[in-house]
Amino acid sequence: MNPWLDEINRISGVNPRKCMKCGKCSGSCPAYDEMEYHPHQFVSMVESGRVEELMQSKGIYTCLSCFACVERCPRQVEPARLIEAVRATFLRQQHNDRMRPEDVPPRLEEDLPQQAITAAFRKYRK
Amino acid sequence: MKYSYFPGCTLKTRGKDLDKWGRAAAQKLGFELEELPEWQCCGAVYPQATDEIATRLSSVRALMAARDLGQDLVTLCSACHHVIRRVNGDMRRNADIAGRVANYLQPEVPYAGETRVAHYLEVLRDDVGFETIKASVEAPLKGLKIGAYYGCMLLRPSMEMEMDDPENPSVMEDLIAALGAQPVYYAMRNECCGGYVALENADYAYRQSQKVLDNAWNAGAEVLITACPLCMYNLTRVKDHPVQVKYFTELLAQALGIQEVSA
Repeated sequence: MNPWLDEINRISGVNPRKCMKCGKCSGSCPAYDEMEYHPHQFVSMVESGRVEELMQSKGIYTCLSCFACVERCPRQVEPARLIEAVRATFLRQQHNDRMRPEDVPPRLEEDLPQQAITAAFRKYRK
Repeated sequence: MKYSYFPGCTLKTRGKDLDKWGRAAAQKLGFELEELPEWQCCGAVYPQATDEIATRLSSVRALMAARDLGQDLVTLCSACHHVIRRVNGDMRRNADIAGRVANYLQPEVPYAGETRVAHYLEVLRDDVGFETIKASVEAPLKGLKIGAYYGCMLLRPSMEMEMDDPENPSVMEDLIAALGAQPVYYAMRNECCGGYVALENADYAYRQSQKVLDNAWNAGAEVLITACPLCMYNLTRVKDHPVQVKYFTELLAQALGIQEVSA
């Protein structure tokens, strides 16, 4: 039984059961070394219901959303969408924002473009 | 030709150079970028979650405003382009999203993704034409070895972006050649600079960008051109690297003989 699968399917719009384990996603991923569960493993873990482990993994914040895996997935499983869905499912729970507005000013560097701040709010908060 | 123009948050602030040279070059090439009278930040990141509506609204508002003016919607920033183009696709292809957006906005005229969204590079390629640009060059960038840096957001996912071949793009190289410079091909031209993680995990973004720069340098590039202020930030944070990074509009304006413009 996988209590999360319906929710992840609904939010992501993709179905991890279509994965044929070819590994192209992990082979393409620039964030591979920054994740404890690499993209192909991530898909497999969603499929087998290990979503809570994924919610606690740093990989949901180190995925760059560069869409290399989305582009190259031959089965339209699109791992970046699953990663986003797991991240959203976690962040949408109360108290789970990853970054608060007051966390931003200390991180600002002189040339930091506004889009980085806007992007962070979309990635790290409800 | 007149286009609706969506500058986005960063082109009014940290990314002013991308904007000002782009506007000046447009004028010189005979097309006009008419800034939308009221635009809202696109949000910088496309909401991949299919149940998010609020984060799509600013894009839809811009798309509808351009439609009402009877104009194509042009962006210069890769991120704005990425977000607006994909949201436009949602309005065309995803009945659930389109229906819920319409329910919220209650538009007088329904919107179903009919606005053409074009990146400035596409305007150069498809509307102006590289032959025309070549003929307009007054100060060719002769001998300069330039690597095109596409990054991720211009090209992928290609089914939605429909801009160029996602694995072997050519639009920026063709522009470089039209300006009289020599395009340099390198493996990481469509790899990510580190993107938004710069704020939370600066070292990680730094490593990503360094790989891109080293790869370009090893292939012989002296300069990289980008269309994205976040790529610009991440790449230029790598200090003392021999590869220079410029906005493509700056080199375009330079080659067109434009000396100075006010921001």
